[in-house]
Amino acid sequence: MTSAVTDPVRTPMRRRSKLAVRNTLLGWSFILPNFLGFAIITLVPVVTLFYIALTDFNVFGKGDFIGVGNFVKLVSDPLFQRSLLNTFYYSAMHVPLTIVVSLGLALLLNTKLRGVSFFRTAAFFPYITSIVAIALVWNLLFSPDAGPINEVLRFLGVANPPGWLTSQDWAMPAVVIISTWRDMGFYMILFLAGLQAVPRELYEAARVDGANVVQRFWNVTLPGLRPTMFLVTVLLTIASFKVFDLIIVLSPGGNAAPNQATVVLSQFIYQKGFVESKFGYASAGAVVLFFLCIVATIIQFLINKRRSA
Amino acid sequence: MVVTQLGGTPPVKSRRPLVGDRRPRTDRDSGGFARARRIVGSALLIVFALALLVPFFWMVASSLKGPNEVFSIPVRWLPETWHWEHYVELWTDTGMATWLRNTIILSTVVTFLQVLTGSFAAYGFAKVRFPGRDVLFLVYLGTIAVPWQSYMIPQYIMLAQAKLTNTLLALIVLQAFGAFGVFLMKQFFETIPEELSEAARIDGLSEYSIWARIMLPLSVPALAALALLTFVNTWNDYLGPLLYLRSKENWTVQLGLKNFIANNITADYSMLFTGLTISVIPIAVVFLLGQRFFIEGIATSGLKG
Repeated sequence: MTSAVTDPVRTPMRRRSKLAVRNTLLGWSFILPNFLGFAIITLVPVVTLFYIALTDFNVFGKGDFIGVGNFVKLVSDPLFQRSLLNTFYYSAMHVPLTIVVSLGLALLLNTKLRGVSFFRTAAFFPYITSIVAIALVWNLLFSPDAGPINEVLRFLGVANPPGWLTSQDWAMPAVVIISTWRDMGFYMILFLAGLQAVPRELYEAARVDGANVVQRFWNVTLPGLRPTMFLVTVLLTIASFKVFDLIIVLSPGGNAAPNQATVVLSQFIYQKGFVESKFGYASAGAVVLFFLCIVATIIQFLINKRRSA
Repeated sequence: MVVTQLGGTPPVKSRRPLVGDRRPRTDRDSGGFARARRIVGSALLIVFALALLVPFFWMVASSLKGPNEVFSIPVRWLPETWHWEHYVELWTDTGMATWLRNTIILSTVVTFLQVLTGSFAAYGFAKVRFPGRDVLFLVYLGTIAVPWQSYMIPQYIMLAQAKLTNTLLALIVLQAFGAFGVFLMKQFFETIPEELSEAARIDGLSEYSIWARIMLPLSVPALAALALLTFVNTWNDYLGPLLYLRSKENWTVQLGLKNFIANNITADYSMLFTGLTISVIPIAVVFLLGQRFFIEGIATSGLKG
């Protein structure tokens, strides 16, 4: 369809369609190697998901069609409720915190301070480190009695530092601290790229108008960062909704933290599907995760569109 | 104050920062204030750098400590005696060598396939016009918003029926054809002027040669960014190997390490840290080698949004 529009208007119909056929073959020849893998490994399972969620499929083979039975069960499953709530709780802390910290870092690195390039590399280090290593190191750093973090807190005069990963209330905040520490380097690079695309003239103009640092940030930097902010928010939200590795490695055996304080949606899917072999039921949970991500993305897309209009 | 400073000769003033740096300078107000801000900024940088690097330092230092030294109170940052032999023991006493080999094979093959097929498909999306192209790309784009955790079950059932569970091949096909690589490369290709391809076409180059001889050499930063991200993600992936790799000789470093930790929880922590350090070093080396391209690639390619 696009080729028909952009071809010269006077091209005879026959030649135009011939060109379209040639281009179609050419285009597909480029896309096909990737598309074959993509279609089989991603598209087919995504579509199949919705069918499996309506069956009582288990490891022993085909399941029977049971309609929305899995979803009805899901609604009253306390573990599912807890994991859904926890997923939202985690995202509500992780998304804003990571945005603030990584944007702050990017602003700091966008100046001409000494050691900026060293720091840019250092900030990326946590992101490339394996979750298993991060989880163990932080688990020990956070350990309530002998961990360095609480030791520092006691030294600073905190009489009763929190039990972190072993405490009902502090387990999730501890997870958020770790994941923010890990992710901030990556998002900082995105913000840094965005900052460098903000036209310098706008800063000059704002300065001429007498805008101070804070005013320049709100009226020049933030509006200029809108595309980056959109991308970062979308990526971060999806990443938060699907969080798994860090949480499962932090709590071996599923839930070291009391009362399932950190169980999340992906973990629920894993537990029901791969530990208890209830593929159908787990898929119903997966459908919920699927729609959470899609809806969140669409909402952010619409907000972004309205702001730019 | 600011106004009078800039009022007279704006062209000269606005040109000055260009000499040193393309970025906007925000600390150009007056001498003392600017210096105070620079000091606060540097102090913040140092605090952040410490927060980032201290856990790494602690990990490496602990790997060289004696068994009872890791949790000594008060915290001891450097080992009393340096136990380098931990590294030899780990290598001989665990499956570390096998796990490292598996992980290197997996990450290399996945990265190669992802970069190759991803950039190839991206050329089709960016430079060839044909009916249905934009709809197809939208499908690709849409799946980026779909987390793997939501379709891992049907995928597992499918690959189990194909008898691919407990093989590295399953993990290769799983990760080699991601939509993200196509997206990133397409964004980058679109920044390359069409005139270059036109000139090449007039010289008689086929589209495939244009991809290989014009596009790829011009896209080194984006290719490096994609390769690094893919390599790092595959290397550090935990859930994929956890689902698919059952037997010990097929494990990746992450899975092996996790198991090593789980079975070793009463024993000595310094050995655990040795394992962690070994798992981090190869990826750190890869990153340091490519980080210049990497950051440039992210900054100039599609990730900008």
